[in-house]
Amino acid sequence: MAIALIILLLIIGTVIFHVVSPWYFTPLASNWSTIDSTVSLTFWITGFVFVAVNLFLVYVLVRYRSRPGLKADYEPENKKLEGWLTLVTTIGIAAMLAPGLYVWGQFVKPPDDAMVVEAVGQQWHWSYRFPGEDGVLGKVDNRAISETNPFGLDPTDPASRDDVLIFSNELVLPVDRPVKLLLRSKDVLHNFTVPQFRVKMDMVPGISSYLWFTPTRTGEFDVMCQELCGIGHYAMRGRVVVKEQSDFDAWLARQVTFAQTQHHTEGDVALGQAQYMVCAACHGIQGEGNEGLHAPRLAGQDLWYLQRQLKNYQQGIRGTAEGDVFGGQMIAMANLVSDEQNMQHLLAYIGSLPEPARVAAEGDLRRGKQLYRNCVHCHGEQAEGSFHMNAPRLAGLEPWYLSRQIEYFRDRVRGGHRDDFYGAQMSLLVQSLRSEEDIADLVAYINSLQPEQLARRD
Amino acid sequence: MTETAIADHADEHHPSSFASKYIWSQDHKVIAIQYSLTAIFVGLVALVLSALMRLQLGFPDHFSFISPESYLQFVTMHGMIMVVYLLTALLLGGFGNYLIPLMIGARDMVFPLLNMLSFWTYLLSVLVLLASFFVPGGPTGAGWTLYPPQAILPGTPGHDWGILLMLISLGIFIVAFTMGGLNYVCTILQARTKGMTLMRMPLTIWGIFVATIMGLLAFPALLVSAIMMFMDKVVGTSFFMPAILSMGEVLDHTGGSPILFQHLFWFFGHPEVYIVALPAFGIVSDILATHARKNIFGYRMMVWAIVVIGLLSFVVWAHHMYVSGMNPYFGFFFATTTLIIAVPTALKVYNWILTLWRGNIQLTLPMLFAIGFIFTFIHGGLSGLFLGNVVIDLPLSDTYFVVGHFHMVMGLSPILVLYAAIYHWFPKVTGRMLHTGLGKVHFWATLIGAYSVFLPMHYLGMLGLPRRYFGMAGTEYIPESAHLLNANITVAAILVAVVQLVFIANVIVSLRRGEKAPANPWGATTLEWQTPDNPPTHGNWGPALPVVHRWAYDFSVPGAKDDFIPQNVPNSAVEVTDAKAFAEAGQ
Repeated sequence: MAIALIILLLIIGTVIFHVVSPWYFTPLASNWSTIDSTVSLTFWITGFVFVAVNLFLVYVLVRYRSRPGLKADYEPENKKLEGWLTLVTTIGIAAMLAPGLYVWGQFVKPPDDAMVVEAVGQQWHWSYRFPGEDGVLGKVDNRAISETNPFGLDPTDPASRDDVLIFSNELVLPVDRPVKLLLRSKDVLHNFTVPQFRVKMDMVPGISSYLWFTPTRTGEFDVMCQELCGIGHYAMRGRVVVKEQSDFDAWLARQVTFAQTQHHTEGDVALGQAQYMVCAACHGIQGEGNEGLHAPRLAGQDLWYLQRQLKNYQQGIRGTAEGDVFGGQMIAMANLVSDEQNMQHLLAYIGSLPEPARVAAEGDLRRGKQLYRNCVHCHGEQAEGSFHMNAPRLAGLEPWYLSRQIEYFRDRVRGGHRDDFYGAQMSLLVQSLRSEEDIADLVAYINSLQPEQLARRD
Repeated sequence: MTETAIADHADEHHPSSFASKYIWSQDHKVIAIQYSLTAIFVGLVALVLSALMRLQLGFPDHFSFISPESYLQFVTMHGMIMVVYLLTALLLGGFGNYLIPLMIGARDMVFPLLNMLSFWTYLLSVLVLLASFFVPGGPTGAGWTLYPPQAILPGTPGHDWGILLMLISLGIFIVAFTMGGLNYVCTILQARTKGMTLMRMPLTIWGIFVATIMGLLAFPALLVSAIMMFMDKVVGTSFFMPAILSMGEVLDHTGGSPILFQHLFWFFGHPEVYIVALPAFGIVSDILATHARKNIFGYRMMVWAIVVIGLLSFVVWAHHMYVSGMNPYFGFFFATTTLIIAVPTALKVYNWILTLWRGNIQLTLPMLFAIGFIFTFIHGGLSGLFLGNVVIDLPLSDTYFVVGHFHMVMGLSPILVLYAAIYHWFPKVTGRMLHTGLGKVHFWATLIGAYSVFLPMHYLGMLGLPRRYFGMAGTEYIPESAHLLNANITVAAILVAVVQLVFIANVIVSLRRGEKAPANPWGATTLEWQTPDNPPTHGNWGPALPVVHRWAYDFSVPGAKDDFIPQNVPNSAVEVTDAKAFAEAGQ
């Protein structure tokens, strides 16, 4: 009679597992308590059916197991019993469906006063857009996307100009105010999910989808992509920070509008050369780098990337982690160009430096090539880097620097800061490098690459 | 009364050489075995892939041969192989082929040559699929749902060769399925022996029959979507491709709809669930009745439930797409149809248990697996009520709850039925019994092991663990305990995988040294157990076709001496101990 006993134990075990499981919904942070109630109701009904039907099965197994003299009944049909079972089942189903559809009815109709925000997905980052003072989001088209217009806004649409653009994986929202989140994608399918909000929806290129919720408590919540979007899917993370209205207003006021992003400050190479003299002490006259002073090569690197790193140093995002001694030294240096104009001059000068000769690296190129397959999608076939993928050029970087940064990412010396989203992503991605040998082979392969195109000069 | 004469040429073209008997065979029984062995082989490949996947999930960053790229490839190939190339092929190509002619009293399929072609085409599709492991870039890692645009763009493993071979392989598989499927339907409709009315057919045949018709209607949707995606990739059409960027560059595509693909895919994909489930429902019904020595409870309702489920399953597909970005108002319709389908499904469960009720339950190996199926199917069916109820799908879609649910209902459950079926029909196919002790080890470890794999997954999904993630690190809401649970799931999963070796060993040893099986070891009523030769030979029935006198469930008929009356036994030939009771039972 083992089968009856085991099924009994499985029933009891399942119920106990359900009751004591510490793994259950995260604490709710939105208005969707109705979803949680529907789930609870469904658990009660299905739980009852699970226990009742299986207990009956156990009873039947015990009572009617074969033994001498037992003969089975002959009863082809029992219309009355079947009728009752149909009726009871239908009632149970309706009891779950009705509240479900009622709550769905609330979900499909966002409140009229909901604040409209747009979330944009791309491989493997998030960005966000607020409609600005006119309350209208400007028209967008993926084909208009460029380096100066990463959102693909239509510059001729008057509604575009005051749109507030958030070039970050982090979205700030005010507490207790309904938000209608419009969703779109630049490339493949993505899905905007915040587990604590309960609601999710795919982001589909070519159309705009939506979801809505009201954040009900302040705090920070992980955004996860929950529709397979390629190799970096698991590293496509973001964050929603829910703040008091006044804090939110202050934050929003600090963000740039589309019109503001269209003004470019051109750097002056001669002025930049003067700025660079401080840098030259460590990074070398030609920006060729100096391993002895732990100063990486700058010549040949993407300027947008250098700018981001300088800002990271200035804002304490990089160089503040324990263990990042050399990064710490950069903070004071980076602050010398805290003025935007000076920074542009400096970058213009660095951009004018010729690409230095390569340093040799030891490693198994064939293995390295294999390992690079997980990097290629962002950093490019020739490690030339991609502005749109937020991935810097790797070709030409010195091997010692590359391997040190990979180790830093692995050990979270880099990428551990809460605002270093791209670094945090790298921390997740380098986990597929399991050994020192892996790193050496990968670095040797990257070092062997010679992209035709130069690093971006703008 | 005139009966339509059934063309009966018992002694035509008996194959003589080894090749014509076992390789280029047109005998449905040999083709069934060819189908089964191929499906089981490719299923084992998929089993190994799942173990590799679990290694990464349970013990992240330990195994250097698993990269994010290969992980997604394992996920994709595991899913596609299990659903299409194992379950569909084994249930219909394997059991369908073996059982249809034998159970309806035919000498073979009506188109034996087509039947043979169906197998060889299926084998070709498997070879093309497996070839994708050896092309540059490896197999596709787009997930078994193959959603564009991602499936054909850089950033996804195997976006060049892998996806093309997958689409080609699916196309070939569908050709194979169509050849086999038309054959099954025609055979069931045309070649039933005298007396085998539709409402006397065993439920196994009903399940296979309806599932095959569904397959013939559903697979074309997959075929066209595969062709369209192939053209998007190769010719540059834009069926599924809107204007998008790829790796920072604007592509030439414009105006296509990724959601269109999802509609086509799930118009196939949802019926596919039942294409697998209905034969399993049928088989388990017959096994339960036989081993409980009792007629199936509510036969007519069981038949109608199969038919109704088959029809309804064509109008529920978008419940896979509640959060796809399609018009959310569709949710009302699809949630309603989805929950309605739960009613006939629940009735089937009740009827299985009511079949055992007041029965005379023999706890044989097939029976154990069948009972295990009832348990896991109840669990999987109930968790489906969560996901089908549109609003509950919001938090749970694309999490491990979904993974747990479909593995319970469409992975573990049909596989338990397949095992029940193998233990049940092995004596008929080979003439030998499988070893009971080994079988019990196999059963207990599989049931308890697999349940402890898939039950906890539901709770990880409630927590919000997304599926298809290579690593979960760096997420604040996922506690350390969840990682520990994942490690435990992995241990259980590998245990279950290893235990399947016991089954394989059992098959191999029993083939050579198993106890010789009597012609009808379970006392079954259906025709396949009444063949003159055991195992049945070419032509199945010797000189004359059997004639059917009763339904398939005359077990423990009051007044009869034996507790079963085979379908081909007329009343006059039944040994009766109590004529009055026998007559009152409607005989």
